[in-house]
Amino acid sequence: MSTVTAPATTSLLQSRAASRGRRLRNHLATGLIIGSMAVTLVPLVFLVIFVVGRGGHAFGWHFLTTDIPILDREMGGGMKAAVVGTLLITGGATAMAVPLGVLGAVYLNEYGKQSRLARFIRFLSEVMTGVPSIVMGLFIYILWTLHFKSFSGFAGSLALACLMLPIVIRTSEEMLRLVPDELREGSYALGSRKVRTIRTVVLPHAAPGVISGSLLAVARAAGETAPLLFVIGIVTDTNSNLFHGPTTALSAQIFKNAISPFVGAQDRAYGAALTLILLVFVFTALARVVTTVYARRTTAAV
Amino acid sequence: MPEARSGTATVAPVLTRPPAEQHDGTREVLPPELGERQIVFDLSDVEVRYHGVTAVQNVDLRIAAREITAFIGPSGCGKTTVLRTLNRMHDITPGAEVRGRITYHGEDLYGPRVDVAEVRRRIGMVFQKPNPFPKSIHDNVAYGPRINGHKRGDIGDRVEHALQRAALWDEVKDKLRQSALGLSGGQQQRLCIARALAVEPDVVLMDEPCSALDPIATARIEDLMQELKSDYTLVIVTHNMQQAARASDRTAFFTAEVDDAGRRVGHLVEFDATEHLFTQPSDPRTEGYITGRFG
Repeated sequence: MSTVTAPATTSLLQSRAASRGRRLRNHLATGLIIGSMAVTLVPLVFLVIFVVGRGGHAFGWHFLTTDIPILDREMGGGMKAAVVGTLLITGGATAMAVPLGVLGAVYLNEYGKQSRLARFIRFLSEVMTGVPSIVMGLFIYILWTLHFKSFSGFAGSLALACLMLPIVIRTSEEMLRLVPDELREGSYALGSRKVRTIRTVVLPHAAPGVISGSLLAVARAAGETAPLLFVIGIVTDTNSNLFHGPTTALSAQIFKNAISPFVGAQDRAYGAALTLILLVFVFTALARVVTTVYARRTTAAV
Repeated sequence: MPEARSGTATVAPVLTRPPAEQHDGTREVLPPELGERQIVFDLSDVEVRYHGVTAVQNVDLRIAAREITAFIGPSGCGKTTVLRTLNRMHDITPGAEVRGRITYHGEDLYGPRVDVAEVRRRIGMVFQKPNPFPKSIHDNVAYGPRINGHKRGDIGDRVEHALQRAALWDEVKDKLRQSALGLSGGQQQRLCIARALAVEPDVVLMDEPCSALDPIATARIEDLMQELKSDYTLVIVTHNMQQAARASDRTAFFTAEVDDAGRRVGHLVEFDATEHLFTQPSDPRTEGYITGRFG
């Protein structure tokens, strides 16, 4: 009967006049965010393409299991000595830095808190983060290598451990701080003592973060060159003894081979670079997997 | 007849609670001296300071065995602070300091040779916010027995028994291995009660155990408290006057007043049998609070 007037012209739900400027700002901000992400990604993507492109043909199982040729001009060959060296040196550094760092963080967050000693240790740890890695290398060179008059992988481990320690302390302390006090109180209220509470409630709760922080420190240390330069010797044969005799590492081999005038050595440098990137990637991925699996097991409803 | 009744009560005051029907349908109104009941806690002139600033003072109070004692009062009056003196929870609060004397079964709770872990094992606590550990339901309840050195075979029974006492067993018996964080808030709080019961405490302190729960979950916890008081001494802090009136045998009313320096200091106003305190409060401030005029 009567005509129904269509309300199309003035909708209640559409926003009004001011919205044009806001929409514009919204688009602008979104564009800037996407742009920043692209800028961040570009170097990473190009780096991966470049390293895979130049080192890809050298890389393979053969590359990982063949010794480094003695002569730089030789073509082919592998990086076995460097892979073994990197794994041993980094492993040794991890075995020292992670337990010490986690225990240090436990002291700082659970015992020392804001006491004078704790604040002093925290300050020293921050200073240690800022020490250039080559200085750490020199420090170990003077303290260890000169004293024992011999290169060894272990000296490299010591230098890397010095680098990792402040990172592990800081990330672990941060993770321990995130453990809610209600859980500590709940444990104390059941007659649990402090050490027991830390061991059975605080550390398991913080474990995913502590583990991933530690593995990131491992990844960072695995790529360090400067601290190793003076202390491990940088040789070409495989040395499976961490504590005795000169050895080598991927980062050191990249440095040594890349400055060589020979194509064979340069290829091996790119191969070693690719190996190192893959190794770091594996550590990082491992950190992620461990964290998620652990988090799922302890916190989520199954 | 009344003589005879109190006579039987003195024989074993710890283990027996006179059945309700003995009181001819009316609830007993015990004098503040607590009759013949065994005294669990005796607080005299207790004061708690945080970083040198008094939070609550002049607390004199005796808590009897196998009863529910409620602490009520407005926010900031120190009722939780007083509750936490009873299992020495303030030991882990930085800057907290407890003065005065508190005895537990006649023993000085803050004596030099007292083992704090043993204190907390005997005097359990349930917190305002349910705080299950991020572990399985089973492991939450087994935590206490484990740290107290019980053997593996024994623990399963203890877990089941504690969950049954906390009226949670039927709901969780098929998912003991699942994370406790998957339970609802009310279930989590009952799990925390089960966790406290699993170490076989003598006293259970509850710090606003229902404030984070809905009315149905609250009713379940209140029912549970009534069941538990035959075996345990319960002390609850509550914001909720109705809860204190419904659930407790004795009520302590706290309030805070501004001192000369302009700081709010809590203190105990009145402590009496719940029925008495809610029907004939002797202090005008108590009356004001329970009738809703302030607080």
